[in-house]
Amino acid sequence: MTIDLHADAHYRMNDQTTGGGHDDSDPDHDHDHDHVADSTPGHDRATEASATLEHGSEPAVRMENVTFGYGDQPAVENVSLTIERGEFLGLVGPNGSGKTTLLLLMLGVLSPDEGRVELFGDPVDEFADGERIGYVSQKSTDAGSTMPVTVREVVTMGRFAHAGHRRLSDRDHEAVDEALETVGIRDLESRRINELSGGQTQRAYIARALASEADLLAMDEPTVGVDARSREQFYGLLGDLNDRGITIILIEHDLGVVTDRADRIACINRTLYHHGSASSFAESDALEAAYGPNSEIVHHDH
Amino acid sequence: MKYDTRLRLERLGVFAVGVLAVVMLAFLAARGLAEYSSAADLVATRLVDGGCALGSVAGTRLLCFNFVWYSVATGVLVGIVGPLIGSYVVHREMALIGETLAHTAFAGVAFGIFFGSATNWGVSVLLAALVTGIIGAFGVQYLSSRTAAHGDVPIAIVLTGSFAIGTIVISLGRGFGGVSIDAYLFGQMAAVTQSGAQLMGVVSVVVIALVALNYKQFLFITFDEQAARVARLNVSAYNTLLILLTAVVVVGAMQILGIILVTAMLVVPVAAASAVADSFREAQYLSIIVGEVSVLVGVTAAFLYGLAPGGSIVVVAIAIYLVAVAVADRDSAVAAGA
Repeated sequence: MTIDLHADAHYRMNDQTTGGGHDDSDPDHDHDHDHVADSTPGHDRATEASATLEHGSEPAVRMENVTFGYGDQPAVENVSLTIERGEFLGLVGPNGSGKTTLLLLMLGVLSPDEGRVELFGDPVDEFADGERIGYVSQKSTDAGSTMPVTVREVVTMGRFAHAGHRRLSDRDHEAVDEALETVGIRDLESRRINELSGGQTQRAYIARALASEADLLAMDEPTVGVDARSREQFYGLLGDLNDRGITIILIEHDLGVVTDRADRIACINRTLYHHGSASSFAESDALEAAYGPNSEIVHHDH
Repeated sequence: MKYDTRLRLERLGVFAVGVLAVVMLAFLAARGLAEYSSAADLVATRLVDGGCALGSVAGTRLLCFNFVWYSVATGVLVGIVGPLIGSYVVHREMALIGETLAHTAFAGVAFGIFFGSATNWGVSVLLAALVTGIIGAFGVQYLSSRTAAHGDVPIAIVLTGSFAIGTIVISLGRGFGGVSIDAYLFGQMAAVTQSGAQLMGVVSVVVIALVALNYKQFLFITFDEQAARVARLNVSAYNTLLILLTAVVVVGAMQILGIILVTAMLVVPVAAASAVADSFREAQYLSIIVGEVSVLVGVTAAFLYGLAPGGSIVVVAIAIYLVAVAVADRDSAVAAGA
């Protein structure tokens, strides 16, 4: 099984060779799990100068020995992983493997039973800069299906963490305009969100994250129910945003797409089976270990 | 009609409703201060005289009576704050919770009657209803956070349980009080007292101020609670505030609508508005307009024909809802055909 990694515009092969943020001796970085030896040379590719300039150099997310269960049912066990700024991480695993739980733990929506989570260097429960995280939940697409809300109103929600209780300023409205422009749905701004197609809806949610000027974008299976062409455009957009220095964490059920697009892959099935570069994931036996035998990565032509 | 034009018209409508509400609040405040200030007394008297003169031109002497003003003022305010809170309650799928709060408030009404031996919507009954309504709000909040997503079985148990306690207390009281509970169950025009109307005035000012202050936060948690959590909004605090405001509005609105029908004022105008509106703001404007029209038409009919005001208000609101749904269907059919 081999994977052809496309060196396309969104796949940043060039600016990844000289990583200043961390190196192979970084103890937190994907060596401390036992299922798969992460043997990728040069896995320190994911550094992003523009992101580190502004807010120091702590990783976007750091998880140490995180365990979480719903009642007696463990959902995530002893996971340690670090996501550097500017990284594009694909989070994969079979159905019910705890991907969403892991993401919610990273974002501080859930609190771990054991272990420690940091967001941009702060313990997650003390992290207060809500505007720095853009989140698109699995349910975002059907949330508020009967609720009358326009695209513009949804995108404006991205400014609410900035505004607090004050009135929205001109700056807020400009940020919304820019975000709508960037994802190319300015002409749809006064449409009801639930009248949009799946692809347009996803763009609206991305715009919400952009309006909030988030530097971490976390998405839970955003392309479910989106047609192939819109999905292609969507990944193009994600690539562009990643190039601008935005850290991306993406849960995706389609392994082909995610291994093509993401820099790094974390594969979990309750425990972490693999965390390393996309190519090392394809070469490893993590896929089989996590998903069971007869699994393979299906690539899409594009 | 173009969205901008429509929004401008709706703003005009809301403004008119606002003017009406300010007049009513001024009347209630002036009546409250009349004891201490002759100027306030004069203001109240002038307002009634003015209403009386206007009403006489339209062929009714109803507005010449103070008690009518209390009912109308309460109705006008209910027509605003009901849909205002309702637009969050409905889209959070908390309609059943509103109903439950009305029924827990009924237990309070029953206790208020039992211990206060009141015969109308006296302030003691309303305060008792407010207390049990708020206790109910916390109880429901606790239950829905403990059980799987809006689990409706525990809520149904609280709803029927508190109503059961209310009926027991009422039947005990009836043994020696002979109180009629019809006014409480179905609402009664002439039963709105001065203090009851004034309580509604205070409630309305507080609710409108808090919704205005927290508009963004309420909208965010209503639309996408998980994302609001990630954006570090204190979701559970806003949820608690919202449910408390719901309890307060429900208790104030019970005077006109009665316990059984009070939820309709939170739900029906919002449903009508949501069928035709594009934006949340537009829906909120429209629902207030629908609520106000329903109240004014319903209250007038109730006075003229001696009907239960709650019933006539709700029937008018539902009629508007049906029209709105028909209009929305036609619009989408036109859009699909185009």
